[in-house]
Amino acid sequence: MPDRDRELLAALLRGIEPEERPFRALAERFGTSEEAIVARIRRWLAEGLLTRFGPLFDIEKLGGAVTLCAMAVPPERFEAVAAAVGRHPEVAHNYERAHHLNMWFVVAAESRARIDAVIRAIERETGLAVLDLPKEREYFLEFVPEPP
Amino acid sequence: MIDPRDRQLVLATQAGLPLDVRPFHRVAEATGLSVAEVLARFRAMRARGAVRRIAAVPHHVRLGLRANGMSVWDVDDARVDELGARVGALDFVSHCYRRPRRPPVWPYNLFAMVHGRSVTEVEEKVAVIAGLMGEACRGHDVLYSVRVLKKTGIRLAAGEDPSCSD
Repeated sequence: MPDRDRELLAALLRGIEPEERPFRALAERFGTSEEAIVARIRRWLAEGLLTRFGPLFDIEKLGGAVTLCAMAVPPERFEAVAAAVGRHPEVAHNYERAHHLNMWFVVAAESRARIDAVIRAIERETGLAVLDLPKEREYFLEFVPEPP
Repeated sequence: MIDPRDRQLVLATQAGLPLDVRPFHRVAEATGLSVAEVLARFRAMRARGAVRRIAAVPHHVRLGLRANGMSVWDVDDARVDELGARVGALDFVSHCYRRPRRPPVWPYNLFAMVHGRSVTEVEEKVAVIAGLMGEACRGHDVLYSVRVLKKTGIRLAAGEDPSCSD
């Protein structure tokens, strides 16, 4: 990736401010137009380098709830279980991991009660036990990955 | 309980901000709120941490961070907060959380997500964490991601009645 693209990507990973024209300062810094920056974001999204461009919400601070769940899924049923889990809109991410507990997913909803209902539904649909590991404490420091 | 107007803004932007030079104007049009209110609410959500940042979300693998290891640690309860804060401050740790143990299935109470360009690099970083832990840690494991099955980010379901408890 050219240096200028790398620097622009790094700036976009750090983020923009909620302003009427949030790309104006970046356009000035990079000697380009706001339209060109928006077009570049669109391209990186299309290429799959970025998964999204927008606000990163903290659902708990918004007033909602979130938890991390794990399941031990028999390999021959893995795809069907992944599909069943993924159908729930409350499931934000789901990863296959190399472990006896081979499926790890995040459930986020407007209330803890709703999370419980989703977990019960997944257990009912799959016949598998869901390990519920809610966050007790976060040790937080802003992490922004370095572009390649 | 999520403020109903904040909720409208979450629903309008959680899949991404409109790709426009004036994205918040587009959000105002979509929600029927004024531009001034949209901007004020985003600033307020930023200030209280409900919005962490408004930014590009990278595909870690495509960014060259091919290995993503969820390191998990069984740490002495008396020292987990002190050590969690030190691990969370490491520049290669993206998330660090304390979570409950579920014996006998799950003995680990501290989670630290480690990203690297290779498994070897993740292992080197995990060794740094192990060095910090010393004798406070009774055991650890690293769960490597094999495949992303879903990554939509946290989404509120549209039309869900937030006052409904089930």
